[in-house]
Amino acid sequence: MSWDLRDLYQETILDHQKHPRGKGNLPDATHSATGFNPLCGDKVTIQLRINDGKIDEIRFDGEGCAICMSSASMMTVSLQGTPVSDAEDLFQRIQKFLTANDESAAMEDIDSLGDLAALGGVRRLPVRIKCANLPWHTFNSAVHGEQNAKTE
Amino acid sequence: MIQELPKISISLFPKSDFPNLLTLVNGQPLAYLDSAASAQKPHVATEATSMFVEHQYANVHRGVHTLSQLATDAYERVRDQVKVVLNAADRNEIIFTKGCTESVNLVAQSFARPMLRPGDEILLTELEHHSNIVPWQLVAQATGAKVVAARIHDNGELDLEDFKSKLNANTKIVAFTHISNALGTILPAKELTAMAHAVGATVLIDGAQSGPHAAIDVQDIGADFYVLSIHKMYGPTGVGVLFGKLNLLEAMPPYQGGGSMIRSVSFEETTFAELPAKFEAGTPNIAGVVGLGATLDYIAGKNWNRETWVNRISEIGDYEATVREYGVSLLAEIDGLTVHGDAEEMAGIISFTVKNAHPHDLGTILDQHGVAVRAGHHCCQPLMHRLGVPATARASIAAYNDLEDMDRLAAAVQSAKELFG
Ligand SMILES: Cc1ncc(COP(=O)(O)O)c(C=O)c1O
Repeated sequence: MSWDLRDLYQETILDHQKHPRGKGNLPDATHSATGFNPLCGDKVTIQLRINDGKIDEIRFDGEGCAICMSSASMMTVSLQGTPVSDAEDLFQRIQKFLTANDESAAMEDIDSLGDLAALGGVRRLPVRIKCANLPWHTFNSAVHGEQNAKTE
Repeated sequence: MIQELPKISISLFPKSDFPNLLTLVNGQPLAYLDSAASAQKPHVATEATSMFVEHQYANVHRGVHTLSQLATDAYERVRDQVKVVLNAADRNEIIFTKGCTESVNLVAQSFARPMLRPGDEILLTELEHHSNIVPWQLVAQATGAKVVAARIHDNGELDLEDFKSKLNANTKIVAFTHISNALGTILPAKELTAMAHAVGATVLIDGAQSGPHAAIDVQDIGADFYVLSIHKMYGPTGVGVLFGKLNLLEAMPPYQGGGSMIRSVSFEETTFAELPAKFEAGTPNIAGVVGLGATLDYIAGKNWNRETWVNRISEIGDYEATVREYGVSLLAEIDGLTVHGDAEEMAGIISFTVKNAHPHDLGTILDQHGVAVRAGHHCCQPLMHRLGVPATARASIAAYNDLEDMDRLAAAVQSAKELFG
Protein backbone atom coordinates (compact mmCIF):
# COMPACT_ATOMS: atom_id res chain seq x y z
CA MET A 1 0.00 0.00 0.00
CA SER A 2 1.34 3.40 -0.90
CA TRP A 3 2.03 6.16 1.57
CA ASP A 4 -0.98 8.18 0.47
CA LEU A 5 -3.43 5.43 1.24
CA ARG A 6 -2.12 4.84 4.73
CA ASP A 7 -2.35 8.58 5.25
CA LEU A 8 -6.00 8.55 4.23
CA TYR A 9 -7.09 5.29 5.79
CA GLN A 10 -5.43 5.68 9.16
CA GLU A 11 -5.97 3.03 11.83
CA THR A 12 -8.40 5.31 13.68
CA ILE A 13 -10.56 5.61 10.58
CA LEU A 14 -10.57 1.89 9.89
CA ASP A 15 -11.32 1.16 13.53
CA HIS A 16 -14.35 3.49 13.58
CA GLN A 17 -15.53 2.07 10.28
CA LYS A 18 -15.38 -1.50 11.54
CA HIS A 19 -16.68 -0.71 15.02
CA PRO A 20 -18.90 2.35 14.71
CA ARG A 21 -19.71 4.21 17.92
CA GLY A 22 -22.96 6.05 18.50
CA LYS A 23 -24.72 4.28 15.66
CA GLY A 24 -28.44 3.72 15.91
CA ASN A 25 -31.73 5.39 16.53
CA LEU A 26 -32.62 7.93 19.22
CA PRO A 27 -36.37 7.67 19.79
CA ASP A 28 -36.61 10.77 22.01
CA ALA A 29 -34.49 13.03 19.82
CA THR A 30 -35.22 16.73 20.00
CA HIS A 31 -33.28 17.57 16.84
CA SER A 32 -32.51 15.60 13.74
CA ALA A 33 -31.45 16.02 10.13
CA THR A 34 -30.52 13.86 7.18
CA GLY A 35 -27.67 14.73 4.88
CA PHE A 36 -27.08 13.51 1.33
CA ASN A 37 -24.19 13.70 -1.00
CA PRO A 38 -25.97 13.64 -4.35
CA LEU A 39 -22.71 12.91 -6.14
CA CYS A 40 -22.15 9.55 -4.51
CA GLY A 41 -25.35 8.69 -2.69
CA ASP A 42 -23.86 8.85 0.82
CA LYS A 43 -26.59 9.39 3.38
CA VAL A 44 -26.29 10.24 7.07
CA THR A 45 -28.93 10.91 9.67
CA ILE A 46 -27.93 12.68 12.87
CA GLN A 47 -30.23 12.65 15.88
CA LEU A 48 -29.67 14.75 19.00
CA ARG A 49 -31.33 15.05 22.37
CA ILE A 50 -30.53 18.54 23.52
CA ASN A 51 -31.40 19.49 27.07
CA ASP A 52 -30.60 22.80 28.65
CA GLY A 53 -28.09 23.76 25.98
CA LYS A 54 -26.26 20.45 26.24
CA ILE A 55 -26.13 17.45 23.89
CA ASP A 56 -27.32 14.67 26.19
CA GLU A 57 -27.37 12.07 23.45
CA ILE A 58 -26.23 11.86 19.85
CA ARG A 59 -26.67 9.06 17.33
CA PHE A 60 -25.93 8.65 13.68
CA ASP A 61 -27.23 6.25 11.11
CA GLY A 62 -26.76 5.92 7.41
CA GLU A 63 -24.82 4.48 4.59
CA GLY A 64 -21.62 5.66 3.05
CA CYS A 65 -17.93 5.19 2.54
CA ALA A 66 -15.38 4.54 5.27
CA ILE A 67 -14.45 8.21 5.49
CA CYS A 68 -18.02 9.36 5.95
CA MET A 69 -19.03 6.63 8.39
CA SER A 70 -15.95 6.95 10.55
CA SER A 71 -16.26 10.73 10.56
CA ALA A 72 -19.83 10.32 11.86
CA SER A 73 -18.74 7.78 14.43
CA MET A 74 -15.91 9.96 15.73
CA MET A 75 -18.26 12.93 15.80
CA THR A 76 -20.66 11.18 18.16
CA VAL A 77 -17.76 10.43 20.51
CA SER A 78 -16.60 14.06 20.44
CA LEU A 79 -20.01 15.63 20.91
CA GLN A 80 -21.66 13.30 23.39
CA GLY A 81 -22.35 15.30 26.55
CA THR A 82 -20.91 18.59 25.34
CA PRO A 83 -22.59 21.99 25.48
CA VAL A 84 -24.08 22.98 22.11
CA SER A 85 -21.88 26.06 22.01
CA ASP A 86 -18.72 23.90 22.32
CA ALA A 87 -20.07 21.59 19.61
CA GLU A 88 -20.61 24.53 17.29
CA ASP A 89 -17.13 25.74 18.01
CA LEU A 90 -15.76 22.30 17.12
CA PHE A 91 -17.83 22.34 13.92
CA GLN A 92 -16.09 25.58 12.93
CA ARG A 93 -12.65 24.18 13.73
CA ILE A 94 -13.41 21.07 11.67
CA GLN A 95 -14.48 23.26 8.74
CA LYS A 96 -11.20 25.09 8.87
CA PHE A 97 -9.22 21.87 9.27
CA LEU A 98 -10.86 20.15 6.30
CA THR A 99 -11.38 23.01 3.88
CA ALA A 100 -8.97 25.91 4.53
CA ASN A 101 -6.83 26.46 1.47
CA ASP A 102 -3.93 27.58 3.55
CA GLU A 103 -2.20 24.55 5.03
CA SER A 104 -0.85 26.32 8.12
CA ALA A 105 -4.27 27.83 8.89
CA ALA A 106 -5.81 24.38 8.54
CA MET A 107 -3.30 22.85 10.93
CA GLU A 108 -3.59 25.59 13.57
CA ASP A 109 -6.02 23.73 15.83
CA ILE A 110 -4.93 20.21 15.05
CA ASP A 111 -3.80 19.49 18.61
CA SER A 112 -7.29 20.23 19.90
CA LEU A 113 -8.94 17.76 17.54
CA GLY A 114 -7.77 14.49 19.06
CA ASP A 115 -8.84 11.45 17.02
CA LEU A 116 -10.60 13.71 14.53
CA ALA A 117 -7.20 14.72 13.21
CA ALA A 118 -7.19 11.36 11.43
CA LEU A 119 -9.66 12.86 8.96
CA GLY A 120 -6.95 15.19 7.68
CA GLY A 121 -5.89 12.73 4.98
CA VAL A 122 -8.76 13.92 2.81
CA ARG A 123 -7.14 17.32 2.42
CA ARG A 124 -4.99 15.81 -0.32
CA LEU A 125 -8.01 14.29 -2.08
CA PRO A 126 -10.46 17.13 -2.68
CA VAL A 127 -13.21 14.82 -3.99
CA ARG A 128 -13.27 13.06 -0.63
CA ILE A 129 -13.52 16.16 1.60
CA LYS A 130 -17.29 16.09 1.22
CA CYS A 131 -17.33 12.54 2.53
CA ALA A 132 -15.64 13.59 5.78
CA ASN A 133 -17.73 16.73 6.05
CA LEU A 134 -21.20 15.32 5.44
CA PRO A 135 -21.86 14.22 9.04
CA TRP A 136 -20.71 17.62 10.33
CA HIS A 137 -22.93 19.58 7.99
CA THR A 138 -25.79 17.31 8.92
CA PHE A 139 -25.12 17.93 12.61
CA ASN A 140 -25.10 21.66 11.95
CA SER A 141 -28.43 21.42 10.11
CA ALA A 142 -29.93 19.39 12.94
CA VAL A 143 -28.92 21.97 15.54
CA HIS A 144 -30.37 24.76 13.44
CA GLY A 145 -33.59 22.92 12.78
CA GLU A 146 -33.07 22.22 9.09
CA GLN A 147 -34.19 18.80 7.99
CA ASN A 148 -31.89 18.29 5.05
CA ALA A 149 -28.24 18.87 4.53
CA LYS A 150 -26.02 18.26 1.61
CA THR A 151 -22.42 18.73 0.76
CA GLU A 152 -22.72 19.63 -2.88
CA MET B 1 -10.44 -22.24 -16.85
CA ILE B 2 -8.53 -18.95 -16.67
CA GLN B 3 -5.51 -20.48 -18.38
CA GLU B 4 -7.62 -21.54 -21.35
CA LEU B 5 -8.29 -17.99 -22.39
CA PRO B 6 -5.82 -16.58 -24.85
CA LYS B 7 -3.77 -13.89 -23.17
CA ILE B 8 -4.11 -10.71 -25.19
CA SER B 9 -0.97 -8.71 -24.64
CA ILE B 10 -1.71 -6.17 -27.35
CA SER B 11 -5.04 -4.40 -27.26
CA LEU B 12 -7.21 -4.06 -30.34
CA PHE B 13 -6.52 -0.33 -30.40
CA PRO B 14 -2.87 0.23 -29.46
CA LYS B 15 -2.65 2.26 -26.25
CA SER B 16 0.02 4.34 -27.93
CA ASP B 17 -2.63 5.72 -30.30
CA PHE B 18 -4.20 7.45 -27.28
CA PRO B 19 -1.74 9.90 -25.70
CA ASN B 20 -3.73 10.21 -22.47
CA LEU B 21 -3.43 6.48 -21.84
CA LEU B 22 0.33 6.87 -21.57
CA THR B 23 0.19 9.33 -18.66
CA LEU B 24 1.30 8.19 -15.25
CA VAL B 25 -1.35 8.44 -12.55
CA ASN B 26 -0.10 8.54 -8.98
CA GLY B 27 3.22 7.33 -10.28
CA GLN B 28 1.66 4.29 -11.94
CA PRO B 29 0.92 3.49 -15.57
CA LEU B 30 -2.73 4.15 -16.21
CA ALA B 31 -5.27 1.34 -16.47
CA TYR B 32 -8.18 3.41 -17.75
CA LEU B 33 -11.40 1.54 -17.05
CA ASP B 34 -13.88 4.38 -17.22
CA SER B 35 -14.65 4.58 -20.93
CA ALA B 36 -18.38 4.16 -20.29
CA ALA B 37 -18.25 7.61 -18.70
CA SER B 38 -16.12 8.97 -21.52
CA ALA B 39 -13.61 7.36 -23.87
CA GLN B 40 -10.08 8.61 -24.54
CA LYS B 41 -9.35 10.18 -27.92
CA PRO B 42 -7.06 8.84 -30.62
CA HIS B 43 -4.28 11.25 -31.53
CA VAL B 44 -4.90 11.00 -35.27
CA ALA B 45 -8.44 12.26 -34.78
CA THR B 46 -7.52 15.21 -32.56
CA GLU B 47 -4.75 16.06 -34.99
CA ALA B 48 -7.11 15.91 -37.98
CA THR B 49 -9.48 18.16 -36.06
CA SER B 50 -6.84 20.77 -35.38
CA MET B 51 -5.71 20.57 -39.04
CA PHE B 52 -9.28 21.34 -40.02
CA VAL B 53 -9.57 24.21 -37.53
CA GLU B 54 -6.27 25.71 -38.66
CA HIS B 55 -6.70 25.30 -42.41
CA GLN B 56 -10.31 24.80 -43.48
CA TYR B 57 -12.40 26.36 -40.79
CA ALA B 58 -15.29 28.75 -41.37
CA ASN B 59 -18.96 28.76 -40.44
CA VAL B 60 -21.12 26.20 -42.22
CA HIS B 61 -24.18 26.75 -44.41
CA ARG B 62 -23.58 30.48 -44.27
CA GLY B 63 -21.47 31.66 -47.15
CA VAL B 64 -20.43 31.38 -50.73
CA HIS B 65 -16.77 31.85 -50.00
CA THR B 66 -14.32 29.00 -50.38
CA LEU B 67 -13.63 28.22 -46.74
CA SER B 68 -17.30 28.19 -45.86
CA GLN B 69 -17.83 25.69 -48.65
CA LEU B 70 -14.93 23.52 -47.49
CA ALA B 71 -16.18 23.55 -43.92
CA THR B 72 -19.73 22.77 -45.00
CA ASP B 73 -18.50 19.83 -47.07
CA ALA B 74 -16.44 18.49 -44.18
CA TYR B 75 -19.37 18.85 -41.80
CA GLU B 76 -21.90 17.28 -44.12
CA ARG B 77 -19.58 14.40 -45.01
CA VAL B 78 -19.85 13.29 -41.39
CA ARG B 79 -23.63 13.20 -41.63
CA ASP B 80 -23.22 10.67 -44.44
CA GLN B 81 -20.81 8.67 -42.30
CA VAL B 82 -23.21 8.56 -39.36
CA LYS B 83 -25.99 7.50 -41.71
CA VAL B 84 -23.83 4.49 -42.57
CA VAL B 85 -22.97 3.76 -38.91
CA LEU B 86 -26.66 3.57 -38.05
CA ASN B 87 -27.79 2.28 -41.45
CA ALA B 88 -30.37 5.04 -41.68
CA ALA B 89 -32.41 5.20 -44.88
CA ASP B 90 -31.88 8.93 -45.45
CA ARG B 91 -29.12 11.38 -44.53
CA ASN B 92 -31.76 13.88 -43.40
CA GLU B 93 -32.65 11.50 -40.59
CA ILE B 94 -29.34 12.33 -38.90
CA ILE B 95 -29.43 15.42 -36.65
CA PHE B 96 -26.34 16.69 -34.83
CA THR B 97 -27.00 17.83 -31.26
CA LYS B 98 -24.73 18.73 -28.39
CA GLY B 99 -25.08 15.33 -26.76
CA CYS B 100 -27.14 12.27 -26.15
CA THR B 101 -28.94 14.10 -23.37
CA GLU B 102 -29.96 16.90 -25.71
CA SER B 103 -31.15 14.36 -28.27
CA VAL B 104 -33.53 12.80 -25.73
CA ASN B 105 -34.76 16.21 -24.62
CA LEU B 106 -35.36 17.21 -28.23
CA VAL B 107 -37.61 14.21 -28.80
CA ALA B 108 -39.35 14.66 -25.45
CA GLN B 109 -40.12 18.32 -26.11
CA SER B 110 -40.73 18.37 -29.86
CA PHE B 111 -42.30 14.99 -30.43
CA ALA B 112 -43.83 13.84 -27.14
CA ARG B 113 -44.98 17.04 -25.52
CA PRO B 114 -47.37 18.25 -28.25
CA MET B 115 -48.82 14.76 -28.61
CA LEU B 116 -49.26 13.47 -25.05
CA ARG B 117 -52.60 13.69 -23.28
CA PRO B 118 -53.55 13.13 -19.63
CA GLY B 119 -53.60 9.40 -18.93
CA ASP B 120 -51.10 8.55 -21.66
CA GLU B 121 -48.14 6.44 -20.57
CA ILE B 122 -44.42 6.58 -21.19
CA LEU B 123 -42.80 3.20 -20.62
CA LEU B 124 -39.15 3.10 -19.52
CA THR B 125 -37.09 0.38 -17.84
CA GLU B 126 -35.39 0.16 -14.45
CA LEU B 127 -32.05 0.21 -16.25
CA GLU B 128 -32.31 3.76 -17.53
CA HIS B 129 -29.77 6.52 -17.12
CA HIS B 130 -31.19 9.70 -15.57
CA SER B 131 -30.96 11.31 -19.01
CA ASN B 132 -33.55 8.82 -20.27
CA ILE B 133 -35.80 9.34 -17.25
CA VAL B 134 -35.86 13.02 -16.32
CA PRO B 135 -36.74 14.43 -19.79
CA TRP B 136 -39.77 12.13 -19.81
CA GLN B 137 -40.78 13.13 -16.30
CA LEU B 138 -40.68 16.76 -17.38
CA VAL B 139 -43.04 16.17 -20.30
CA ALA B 140 -45.22 13.94 -18.14
CA GLN B 141 -45.60 16.76 -15.62
CA ALA B 142 -46.40 19.21 -18.40
CA THR B 143 -49.00 17.00 -20.11
CA GLY B 144 -50.55 14.84 -17.39
CA ALA B 145 -49.02 11.70 -18.85
CA LYS B 146 -47.55 9.05 -16.58
CA VAL B 147 -44.08 7.50 -16.47
CA VAL B 148 -44.03 3.71 -15.98
CA ALA B 149 -40.92 1.53 -15.63
CA ALA B 150 -40.56 -2.12 -16.67
CA ARG B 151 -38.81 -4.28 -14.10
CA ILE B 152 -35.56 -6.20 -14.43
CA HIS B 153 -34.63 -9.63 -13.13
CA ASP B 154 -31.99 -9.91 -10.41
CA ASN B 155 -29.35 -10.73 -13.03
CA GLY B 156 -29.91 -7.38 -14.74
CA GLU B 157 -31.92 -8.75 -17.65
CA LEU B 158 -35.11 -6.96 -18.58
CA ASP B 159 -38.21 -8.81 -17.40
CA LEU B 160 -39.91 -9.26 -20.77
CA GLU B 161 -43.16 -10.41 -19.20
CA ASP B 162 -43.32 -7.28 -17.10
CA PHE B 163 -42.41 -5.11 -20.09
CA LYS B 164 -45.18 -6.72 -22.09
CA SER B 165 -47.72 -6.40 -19.32
CA LYS B 166 -47.02 -2.68 -19.03
CA LEU B 167 -47.68 -2.05 -22.71
CA ASN B 168 -51.27 -1.05 -23.45
CA ALA B 169 -53.38 1.24 -25.62
CA ASN B 170 -52.34 4.23 -23.46
CA THR B 171 -48.62 3.63 -24.01
CA LYS B 172 -47.53 6.37 -26.39
CA ILE B 173 -43.76 6.38 -25.89
CA VAL B 174 -41.39 3.54 -25.10
CA ALA B 175 -37.81 4.56 -24.30
CA PHE B 176 -35.09 2.14 -23.30
CA THR B 177 -31.34 1.82 -23.31
CA HIS B 178 -29.73 -0.52 -25.82
CA ILE B 179 -26.90 -1.32 -23.40
CA SER B 180 -27.07 -0.55 -19.68
CA ASN B 181 -24.26 1.79 -18.62
CA ALA B 182 -24.41 0.59 -15.03
CA LEU B 183 -24.47 -3.18 -15.57
CA GLY B 184 -23.60 -3.87 -19.20
CA THR B 185 -26.83 -5.72 -20.00
CA ILE B 186 -27.62 -5.75 -23.73
CA LEU B 187 -31.34 -5.37 -24.40
CA PRO B 188 -33.16 -7.13 -27.26
CA ALA B 189 -33.85 -3.85 -29.05
CA LYS B 190 -35.60 -5.30 -32.08
CA GLU B 191 -37.94 -7.49 -30.05
CA LEU B 192 -38.83 -4.67 -27.64
CA THR B 193 -39.44 -2.28 -30.53
CA ALA B 194 -41.79 -4.75 -32.22
CA MET B 195 -43.72 -5.22 -28.97
CA ALA B 196 -44.02 -1.44 -28.52
CA HIS B 197 -45.12 -0.95 -32.12
CA ALA B 198 -47.78 -3.59 -31.66
CA VAL B 199 -49.62 -1.25 -29.27
CA GLY B 200 -48.94 1.77 -31.46
CA ALA B 201 -46.21 3.34 -29.31
CA THR B 202 -43.25 5.30 -30.65
CA VAL B 203 -39.82 4.00 -29.66
CA LEU B 204 -36.69 5.89 -28.60
CA ILE B 205 -33.53 3.86 -28.02
CA ASP B 206 -30.68 5.26 -25.94
CA GLY B 207 -27.54 4.18 -27.80
CA ALA B 208 -25.05 6.02 -25.57
CA GLN B 209 -23.36 2.73 -24.66
CA SER B 210 -24.05 0.70 -27.79
CA GLY B 211 -22.53 3.21 -30.23
CA PRO B 212 -18.90 2.33 -29.43
CA HIS B 213 -19.45 -1.40 -28.91
CA ALA B 214 -22.08 -2.85 -31.24
CA ALA B 215 -23.29 -2.84 -34.82
CA ILE B 216 -26.50 -0.83 -35.00
CA ASP B 217 -29.09 -1.05 -37.75
CA VAL B 218 -31.95 1.32 -37.06
CA GLN B 219 -33.96 -0.03 -39.99
CA ASP B 220 -33.64 -3.63 -38.88
CA ILE B 221 -34.45 -2.70 -35.27
CA GLY B 222 -37.34 -0.55 -36.47
CA ALA B 223 -36.37 2.28 -34.10
CA ASP B 224 -38.30 5.52 -34.44
CA PHE B 225 -35.59 7.48 -32.65
CA TYR B 226 -32.05 6.42 -31.78
CA VAL B 227 -29.57 8.62 -29.92
CA LEU B 228 -25.77 8.53 -29.63
CA SER B 229 -23.21 10.15 -27.35
CA ILE B 230 -20.09 10.85 -29.39
CA HIS B 231 -17.60 11.39 -26.56
CA LYS B 232 -18.20 7.80 -25.50
CA MET B 233 -17.29 6.69 -29.04
CA TYR B 234 -13.69 8.02 -28.78
CA GLY B 235 -14.91 11.29 -30.31
CA PRO B 236 -15.05 14.86 -29.02
CA THR B 237 -17.31 16.17 -26.27
CA GLY B 238 -20.20 18.43 -27.18
CA VAL B 239 -21.53 16.32 -30.03
CA GLY B 240 -24.51 14.01 -30.01
CA VAL B 241 -26.60 12.36 -32.67
CA LEU B 242 -30.32 12.06 -33.04
CA PHE B 243 -31.63 9.63 -35.62
CA GLY B 244 -35.35 10.04 -36.29
CA LYS B 245 -37.57 8.53 -38.95
CA LEU B 246 -38.08 11.06 -41.71
CA ASN B 247 -41.86 11.27 -41.42
CA LEU B 248 -41.63 11.84 -37.65
CA LEU B 249 -38.96 14.52 -37.88
CA GLU B 250 -40.83 16.25 -40.67
CA ALA B 251 -44.01 16.47 -38.63
CA MET B 252 -42.28 17.74 -35.49
CA PRO B 253 -42.02 21.44 -34.61
CA PRO B 254 -38.49 22.81 -34.13
CA TYR B 255 -36.81 22.35 -30.75
CA GLN B 256 -34.90 25.63 -30.70
CA GLY B 257 -35.22 28.72 -32.83
CA GLY B 258 -32.38 30.68 -34.33
CA GLY B 259 -30.13 30.94 -37.32
CA SER B 260 -29.80 28.17 -39.88
CA MET B 261 -33.15 26.59 -39.04
CA ILE B 262 -35.29 29.04 -40.98
CA ARG B 263 -36.41 29.48 -44.54
CA SER B 264 -37.62 33.04 -44.13
CA VAL B 265 -38.14 35.27 -41.15
CA SER B 266 -40.29 38.33 -40.70
CA PHE B 267 -41.75 39.67 -37.48
CA GLU B 268 -45.13 38.36 -38.56
CA GLU B 269 -44.13 34.89 -39.58
CA THR B 270 -41.19 32.52 -39.87
CA THR B 271 -41.10 29.45 -42.02
CA PHE B 272 -38.71 26.71 -41.12
CA ALA B 273 -35.94 25.11 -43.07
CA GLU B 274 -36.05 21.56 -44.35
CA LEU B 275 -34.44 18.69 -42.46
CA PRO B 276 -31.89 18.39 -41.04
CA ALA B 277 -31.39 22.16 -40.66
CA LYS B 278 -34.75 22.55 -38.89
CA PHE B 279 -33.25 20.88 -35.83
CA GLU B 280 -29.80 22.42 -35.96
CA ALA B 281 -30.47 25.99 -34.85
CA GLY B 282 -27.44 28.21 -34.49
CA THR B 283 -23.83 27.54 -35.33
CA PRO B 284 -23.24 23.87 -34.56
CA ASN B 285 -20.14 22.27 -33.03
CA ILE B 286 -18.37 22.30 -36.38
CA ALA B 287 -14.96 21.17 -35.19
CA GLY B 288 -16.57 18.53 -33.00
CA VAL B 289 -18.54 17.04 -35.87
CA VAL B 290 -15.47 17.03 -38.11
CA GLY B 291 -13.59 15.38 -35.23
CA LEU B 292 -16.28 12.72 -35.11
CA GLY B 293 -15.64 11.99 -38.79
CA ALA B 294 -11.92 11.60 -38.16
CA THR B 295 -12.67 9.36 -35.18
CA LEU B 296 -14.87 7.07 -37.27
CA ASP B 297 -12.03 6.87 -39.83
CA TYR B 298 -9.69 5.87 -37.03
CA ILE B 299 -12.04 3.17 -35.79
CA ALA B 300 -12.85 1.60 -39.14
CA GLY B 301 -9.88 2.58 -41.33
CA LYS B 302 -9.81 4.84 -44.37
CA ASN B 303 -12.55 4.40 -46.99
CA TRP B 304 -14.68 2.26 -44.77
CA ASN B 305 -18.21 1.33 -45.77
CA ARG B 306 -21.20 -0.27 -44.08
CA GLU B 307 -19.76 -3.75 -44.32
CA THR B 308 -16.30 -2.88 -43.01
CA TRP B 309 -17.85 -0.76 -40.25
CA VAL B 310 -20.08 -3.62 -39.10
CA ASN B 311 -17.15 -6.04 -39.15
CA ARG B 312 -14.92 -3.70 -37.20
CA ILE B 313 -17.42 -2.69 -34.53
CA SER B 314 -18.45 -6.34 -34.08
CA GLU B 315 -14.81 -7.26 -33.67
CA ILE B 316 -14.51 -4.53 -31.02
CA GLY B 317 -17.56 -5.84 -29.16
CA ASP B 318 -16.26 -9.42 -29.25
CA TYR B 319 -12.82 -8.35 -28.11
CA GLU B 320 -14.24 -6.40 -25.16
CA ALA B 321 -16.41 -9.37 -24.20
CA THR B 322 -13.28 -11.55 -24.06
CA VAL B 323 -11.48 -9.04 -21.86
CA ARG B 324 -14.56 -8.81 -19.65
CA GLU B 325 -14.80 -12.57 -19.30
CA TYR B 326 -11.19 -12.70 -18.17
CA GLY B 327 -11.73 -9.81 -15.73
CA VAL B 328 -14.84 -11.41 -14.26
CA SER B 329 -13.00 -14.72 -13.82
CA LEU B 330 -10.29 -12.93 -11.81
CA LEU B 331 -12.73 -10.94 -9.70
CA ALA B 332 -14.81 -14.04 -9.01
CA GLU B 333 -11.82 -15.42 -7.08
CA ILE B 334 -11.99 -12.54 -4.62
CA ASP B 335 -13.86 -13.46 -1.48
CA GLY B 336 -16.82 -11.17 -0.72
CA LEU B 337 -16.93 -9.63 -4.18
CA THR B 338 -20.23 -9.53 -6.06
CA VAL B 339 -20.48 -8.80 -9.76
CA HIS B 340 -23.84 -7.15 -10.50
CA GLY B 341 -25.31 -8.12 -13.85
CA ASP B 342 -25.07 -11.58 -15.22
CA ALA B 343 -27.42 -11.49 -18.19
CA GLU B 344 -27.08 -13.76 -21.19
CA GLU B 345 -25.92 -10.80 -23.29
CA MET B 346 -23.34 -8.54 -21.64
CA ALA B 347 -21.21 -5.69 -23.00
CA GLY B 348 -17.78 -4.76 -21.62
CA ILE B 349 -18.88 -3.46 -18.25
CA ILE B 350 -18.15 -5.01 -14.86
CA SER B 351 -20.17 -3.53 -12.03
CA PHE B 352 -19.22 -4.84 -8.63
CA THR B 353 -19.34 -4.38 -4.89
CA VAL B 354 -17.03 -5.75 -2.21
CA LYS B 355 -18.21 -6.68 1.26
CA ASN B 356 -17.11 -4.12 3.87
CA ALA B 357 -15.49 -1.86 1.27
CA HIS B 358 -17.65 0.98 0.03
CA PRO B 359 -17.37 1.66 -3.75
CA HIS B 360 -16.00 5.13 -3.02
CA ASP B 361 -13.18 3.78 -0.96
CA LEU B 362 -12.53 1.21 -3.68
CA GLY B 363 -12.43 4.03 -6.23
CA THR B 364 -9.87 5.97 -4.23
CA ILE B 365 -7.68 2.94 -3.53
CA LEU B 366 -7.78 1.72 -7.12
CA ASP B 367 -6.85 5.20 -8.26
CA GLN B 368 -3.76 5.09 -6.08
CA HIS B 369 -2.82 1.96 -8.03
CA GLY B 370 -3.32 3.78 -11.33
CA VAL B 371 -6.61 1.96 -12.00
CA ALA B 372 -9.38 4.39 -13.00
CA VAL B 373 -12.90 3.12 -12.35
CA ARG B 374 -16.18 4.87 -11.72
CA ALA B 375 -17.63 4.58 -8.23
CA GLY B 376 -21.15 5.74 -7.57
CA HIS B 377 -24.69 5.40 -8.80
CA HIS B 378 -23.75 5.90 -12.47
CA CYS B 379 -26.68 8.32 -12.93
CA CYS B 380 -28.95 5.31 -12.34
CA GLN B 381 -30.39 5.85 -8.87
CA PRO B 382 -33.60 3.88 -9.55
CA LEU B 383 -31.47 0.93 -10.67
CA MET B 384 -29.24 1.10 -7.57
CA HIS B 385 -32.39 1.12 -5.47
CA ARG B 386 -33.64 -1.93 -7.35
CA LEU B 387 -30.35 -3.76 -6.77
CA GLY B 388 -30.39 -2.77 -3.11
CA VAL B 389 -26.98 -1.13 -3.16
CA PRO B 390 -26.19 2.56 -2.66
CA ALA B 391 -23.54 2.47 -5.35
CA THR B 392 -21.22 0.14 -7.22
CA ALA B 393 -17.71 0.27 -8.59
CA ARG B 394 -17.70 -0.04 -12.37
CA ALA B 395 -14.88 -1.06 -14.65
CA SER B 396 -15.76 -0.40 -18.27
CA ILE B 397 -13.75 -1.85 -21.10
CA ALA B 398 -12.87 -0.27 -24.41
CA ALA B 399 -10.90 -1.50 -27.42
CA TYR B 400 -7.67 -0.10 -25.95
CA ASN B 401 -7.89 -2.13 -22.75
CA ASP B 402 -6.06 -5.43 -22.41
CA LEU B 403 -5.89 -8.41 -20.11
CA GLU B 404 -3.15 -6.75 -18.09
CA ASP B 405 -5.61 -3.98 -17.19
CA MET B 406 -7.82 -6.73 -15.74
CA ASP B 407 -4.88 -8.19 -13.79
CA ARG B 408 -4.19 -4.77 -12.33
CA LEU B 409 -7.85 -4.23 -11.51
CA ALA B 410 -8.03 -7.53 -9.65
CA ALA B 411 -4.76 -6.91 -7.79
CA ALA B 412 -5.88 -3.44 -6.72
CA VAL B 413 -9.26 -4.73 -5.52
CA GLN B 414 -7.44 -7.45 -3.58
CA SER B 415 -5.30 -4.87 -1.81
CA ALA B 416 -8.38 -2.79 -0.97
CA LYS B 417 -9.96 -5.89 0.48
CA GLU B 418 -6.98 -6.48 2.69
CA LEU B 419 -7.28 -2.96 4.04
CA PHE B 420 -10.94 -3.28 4.95
CA GLY B 421 -10.79 -6.94 5.94
C1 LIG C 1 -26.88 4.92 -21.05
C2 LIG C 1 -26.58 6.38 -21.10
N1 LIG C 1 -27.50 7.22 -21.57
C3 LIG C 1 -27.27 8.54 -21.66
C4 LIG C 1 -26.07 9.10 -21.27
C5 LIG C 1 -25.89 10.58 -21.37
O1 LIG C 1 -24.93 10.92 -22.30
P1 LIG C 1 -24.37 12.40 -22.38
O2 LIG C 1 -24.01 12.78 -20.97
O3 LIG C 1 -23.19 12.30 -23.27
O4 LIG C 1 -25.44 13.28 -22.92
C6 LIG C 1 -25.09 8.26 -20.76
C7 LIG C 1 -23.79 8.77 -20.31
O5 LIG C 1 -23.58 9.43 -19.34
C8 LIG C 1 -25.34 6.87 -20.68
O6 LIG C 1 -24.42 6.02 -20.21
